[in-house]
This record gives sequence, structure tokens and C-alpha cells, in this order.
Amino acid sequence: MSCCAPGIESALDLDQAGAPSVDEIRLASRPLGGGLSQVDFAVPGVHCAACIRTVEAALQKLPGVAGARVNLSTKRVSVRLREGEFPPLVATLSGLGYEAHLFDRKNDNGKDPVLAELIRAVAIAGFAATNIMLLSVSVWSGATDATRDLFHWVSALVAIPALVFAGRIYFRSAWNALSHGRMNMDVPIAVGITLAYGLSLYETINHGPHAYFDASVSLLFFLLIGRTLDHVMREKARTAVSGLRQLAARGANVVACDGTLNYIPVEEIAKGDVILVAPGERVPVDALIVKGASEVDRSLVSGESEPEAVDRGTMLQAGTLNLTGALTVQATAAAQDSFLAEMVRLMEAAEGGRALYRRIADRASALYAPVVHLTALLTFIGWLIVSGDWHRAITIAIAVLIITCPCALGLAVPIVQVVAARRLFERGIMIKDGSAMERLAGIDTVVFDKTGTLTLGALRLVNGDRIASSDMAVAAQLAAHSRHPVARAIVEANPDLSLQSGLLGAVSEVPGFGLETSMDGSVWRLGRAQWALKVSGEATGTVLTRDGVLRASFVCEDRLRAGAAETVAELAGQGLTVEMLTGDHDANARPIARQVGIDAYRSGMLPGEKVARIAAFADNGRRVLMVGDGLNDAPALAAAHVSMAPATAADIGRNAADFVFLRESLVAIPFGLEISRKAGRLIRQNLGFAIAYNFVAVPIAIFGYVTPLIAAIAMSLSSIIVIANAMRLAGGSRASGKEAVTSTAAPIGLIGRPAQ
Amino acid sequence: MSNLVVLIPVALLLGGAGLIAFLWALRSGQYEDLDGSAARILIEDEHTDRA
Repeated sequence: MSCCAPGIESALDLDQAGAPSVDEIRLASRPLGGGLSQVDFAVPGVHCAACIRTVEAALQKLPGVAGARVNLSTKRVSVRLREGEFPPLVATLSGLGYEAHLFDRKNDNGKDPVLAELIRAVAIAGFAATNIMLLSVSVWSGATDATRDLFHWVSALVAIPALVFAGRIYFRSAWNALSHGRMNMDVPIAVGITLAYGLSLYETINHGPHAYFDASVSLLFFLLIGRTLDHVMREKARTAVSGLRQLAARGANVVACDGTLNYIPVEEIAKGDVILVAPGERVPVDALIVKGASEVDRSLVSGESEPEAVDRGTMLQAGTLNLTGALTVQATAAAQDSFLAEMVRLMEAAEGGRALYRRIADRASALYAPVVHLTALLTFIGWLIVSGDWHRAITIAIAVLIITCPCALGLAVPIVQVVAARRLFERGIMIKDGSAMERLAGIDTVVFDKTGTLTLGALRLVNGDRIASSDMAVAAQLAAHSRHPVARAIVEANPDLSLQSGLLGAVSEVPGFGLETSMDGSVWRLGRAQWALKVSGEATGTVLTRDGVLRASFVCEDRLRAGAAETVAELAGQGLTVEMLTGDHDANARPIARQVGIDAYRSGMLPGEKVARIAAFADNGRRVLMVGDGLNDAPALAAAHVSMAPATAADIGRNAADFVFLRESLVAIPFGLEISRKAGRLIRQNLGFAIAYNFVAVPIAIFGYVTPLIAAIAMSLSSIIVIANAMRLAGGSRASGKEAVTSTAAPIGLIGRPAQ
Repeated sequence: MSNLVVLIPVALLLGGAGLIAFLWALRSGQYEDLDGSAARILIEDEHTDRA
């Protein structure tokens, strides 16, 4: 056991209920050749050297494992297996206290070609910039005549690979924008770099004194750093989010005509197929129950927090979790026509308002680029009229372009967003892209889902202290045999009791009703009152009985997420409108709304109604932050101005959300809001600075006083100021990092939903 | 002037060598797990099975 193994739960078999089966591992593994195959797991809990050693050593000891390697940055473990062998990998990891999710690499070959290209470009631009700067300093120090020409020629030569490899990224993007009739920040950059190089080459050929090779290449270098950081941030968030995919069923046991079972991927299930759904599995496609009885958890599908008893003839939607009894179901739709697909269609229809939002940087560049190009053109015409000297007019016009080249502007926005994203990441908040932060800063309304968002979607025993300890011991041991949320709540309340064994005889579970065993000649039952009690009406809900006589009754409540009430109070205190929309019944919604302090709530909402409510807000000019987790919330998440989802959310919900928070606490929302607002302020300051800089520098350039030395100093200085300003956001991040470490004593995220 | 003929190629060669070393490190996957590399120096060798 390592020093830092998070989330150690009881060692009961049931805790591995959601563990992928051998079949699932086989589907996800990729052949490597040479009799080996590789399978990847997302292990969110690894975070130190001891973790790496524990995990790698334990996995390498298993039979059939050829090698295991932890990647701490992406929190993943790659395991190389000898062909045909599937040792209990997930069970081993969870035995060590690390929860592991099968990571599907089909859509992700592990390499990021864009990042590789960016880093190569940065390296080449850096090499060229430093060497050219070395030669330029010599020129500025007084090299003349043949020496100066030699330095210029060498600079021109060194700049070529930088322009070809590194500049390509900007040329491509600028061309792409122009060919679609748009303008982006890359257009003035591409034009500036090209003209600066062309002019310098002309000067060099004609033995001129001034060449701007250094400006052209160092500009590229600085801007590429900004772009690479931006990409790294987004990629980190993306892999962290995609590593958590787990909730969707990825395969199912289909019964063939001859009665044999075949494990096939979800996409291949056809309408009419008969599928076996074991307790703890999710229903893969919309289906009708043809055999068996059980209880199901629809919280992810409809937002209902209480399990529902089902039997033959009940329709189940894709994503429903089977809790207690094995079910045989018949598919009524293929995966692409299931409930999930309907949500996707609703989402696509809802995504309108967000597409209209334009990032501050895009708005700035739309104004900036024409102004700069017009200024340069006017300068050229002015000098041509005044002096009649073509060469001089062109030189000064290009100097204007170089000095106004949006180095500071190109860095101003991404650098702030990178620093802000880093701070959010430290607190377990992932952000999809920079525009989400800008949108979050502007919200005035917050809409919450209930089940799984304000609450954890997991029940908690509230009257445990009023139950005799001997009865509790029996109840806990019985409950340890079931996946039912109430049973799990009883086990969780008594982790020590449930581990003692041998007290009971054989335990049997009656799907839809409860658990039964015999001890000391009497029959004990834990389950529904009508079933367990001989005389009905004595109690309701979940009870423990001995030979039909009531021993104890258990009251459970859905547990609030940590910080829910504080978060709502803080948001309301900031003058934001807070509302709750839930698919659950009014009886369940009202107490939760009261507990967290939300006055306005609506219950029994269908997915489409949630979208309509958000659209109504938008029509009134409101900008809504939607926080939700279920499949039923996904369209609303897409419809809102900006959206957040917990890591426990359904795949589709996480993909629709702009922010995903990994920790249990809802405090992530006000924190994200605060950082976004600060980032917004810094971005505006940086843009303001860039404009002020131009007001000073442009007149100097227009009157022809700019030399390559002045251009180099002005550009580096403005970049440094912009970066320094952005770093103010990181101030105090060390202190908050410490705080974050202490608060992660609880396992990161993924507490919550039963039987994941 | 004659010393420049030697010094400039030397400067470029050294810079180029650094660039090639960096690209090689990038290609061989040394930048794929920076956090992990930082942590791995703390692991004692005799406890791992790797050769």
C-alpha cells in the first residue's frame, strides 16, 4: 500500500462491480506485434514517485504482463500483455487503492502531431533567432561594409529554414482565413514577416545598412511560444477529460440463436438482438425487458434520484444502470437510434447562441489588421508624395508594419489564458478553450441540475445512530452483498462491520425486493417493507426484519455535494440569478432546493424543456451558466452561454461542457468564475497596453526614425511587459497549490454514482 | 575578417548541434512525461524489475 493511495474502499468484491470484463479489455487492446498487445488505463489517482513504483511493480508481477509504464503527466498506465492473457489488472489496481478506467485509444494514437510540429517549429525558430540576433548585435555594434554584408547574408540564409518550417503555421492559417473571406491575427503576422524578410533581402543585395532579419525571425519565435503554450493547455485538458470515459457501455453480451453468448461492441448491436444485462452493467441501447426483474438507476438518464423497480415489459433507455437482478432485454433500437442519439440531435439543434460569440482576440484583430495595413499604405503614399523616393517610401512603410506587428497582441490573450488555465488545473478544473473563460466572466444567471450536480447522486444513511449496533451489524453484512444504493449507503456508514464475515449463512438477493439470509434458525430480511414484514403498514421504506418482525428501519437521503450551499450563497451574493432545473419529482426536488438555498426551481423537466428554459433566459438577454451532469442535461449544456460538468457526468455531458471539474466540491464554480474575471481584466489590460504602445511607436515609425535596433528593443520590451502582466495571475498560486494538496485527501472526483 | 570565417561556421554548427539534439530528444519520447521524469529520480533502482 502506498503512502498516498487514494480512495481506499472496503476490499469487498462488489467494489469492483464496474471493473471492465476480460471481453472489454480484449476489445480495447491493440496488437503490438511480436505476440504482444497493449492496453491503456486512466488512473486518476497516481501523483507521486511512490505511486509510480507501487503501480508498476504490482502490475509487472502479474502473469502475462510483459511490461507496465505509468505516465504521470497524463495519469495513464500502459500495460503490455502477452497475446491471449488477461490478468486481473483493474482488480489489482483497485486492491492497491487506485481506481482505474479502461482507456479507449481507438480515437487517439497517443501522439499529438500538431504539438510535435509546433515544438519543432519553436526549436527551429529559436535556433535561427538566437544566431541572427548574435549577428545583428555585431552589425549594431559597428560592423560595416563587407563584414556587414557577410553578416546580412548569413542571417538571410539562417532565416530561410525558420520561415519555411516555422512560418508555415502562420501562412497556412492566414491563407485559410483569407480564402474564407475572414481576417485573423495571423494575417498581419504573415504579411509582416514576409515583407520584412523581402525588404531585408533587397537591402542585403544592394549593400544597404538596415536589415530586419532578426525582427522577422524573433517575432516568429515569440509568437510560436505563445501558440505552443496555448495548444499544450488545451491538449492537457482534453486528454484528462477523455481519460475518464467510462459510463457509456462499450460492449454487451448478446445471446445468439443457439443460446451462446457473444460479447460484441455497442455499435454492432442491431434492433431485435437479445442482450444479457448483469447487475452493475449499463443498458447499452434502448431495450425492452423480456425476462427477469430488477431495480434500475435512471439518474443519469432522467435525473430521478431513486431506484425504480422494473420487470418484464418495462422499456429501458440506453445508459440506465441495472442494480440488483440479471435482466434479459431485447434491443428496440440500434445504438445510433437510441436515447443517446436523440440527445445528440437535441444538442446540435441547441448549439446556436454559442456560435455567435466571438473571442475578444478575434474582435480585436478584426479591427486591428485593417487599421495597421491602412496606416502602412498611407505612410507609403505620404512618403512617395513628399520625397518621390520609391525605395524610401517602401522601407518606411514596412518599418511601420514591423513595429506594429501584433507581437504583444498575439501573446496578450493566449499567455493570460495559459496562466489562468494552469491555476484552474491546479484546482482540478479542466477548460476546453480560451473563449469559455471569456464567456464565463460575463454570466449573470446560473442554472443547476439536481441529481449528480447539486447532490452526489449517492444515498447516505441519516438515522444510523438510532439503530441498535447488533442489528446494524447484520444489516451491514447483508447489505455488502448488494449493489442497491440503499444497501451501499448502509455499508458505507459501517465500513468496519461489513468486513467481518462468517456471522451469516448464505445470502440470497430477491431482485426488486431485498436480501435474505438465515442465522440462528431465524430468517433475516433487509429490503422493502411490504416484502420483509409479516404485518404490513408497520413501517415503510427499507427495513431489517427477523422472521417478519421489524428490527430497524433505514432512512436514506441523497447527499449534497460538498460546498453546495456555500456556492449557491456566494453566487447569489454576487448578484447572480440562481435556478435549479431537475427531471426528478417535486417531492425530491423541494428539500434539496431548500437545503442549498435556491428559491427558484422547476421539477419534472424533460431534456427539451430544460433547453427551452435556457432559451427563454437567453431571449431576455441573460447569459446563462449551466451546471449539469446527466445525459438529459447534455442539450441544456450545449444550449447555455457557457457550461460546467462534474467529472462524474455522462460522456456526452462532459463533451458538451466547457469546463469539467474533477473534485467533489462545487466550490470549483465560484473559483472558476473568479479566475475567469481576473483573466478577463488582464486580457483587457494587455490589449490596452498594446494599443498604447502603438500610439507611441507608430508615429516614430511613420516619420522614418525606426532602425532595426529600435524595432528589436520595442518588440521584445512589449512582449516582456505583456508576459509579466499575465504572470500576476499566477501570483499566490504556490500558496493555493498547498491548499489544494491538503484538500485532495479525499479522492479526486468520481466519488458518487453507485456501481460505476 | 579571417577569424570570422572560422567563428561563424563554428557558432552555427554548435547551435545546429543543440537543435539536432533537441529534435532527437523530442522524437525519442523524452518530453512525453515531464512530471513522471521528475518523480522517477526518487525511485530506488533495486526495487524495480526493469533491467
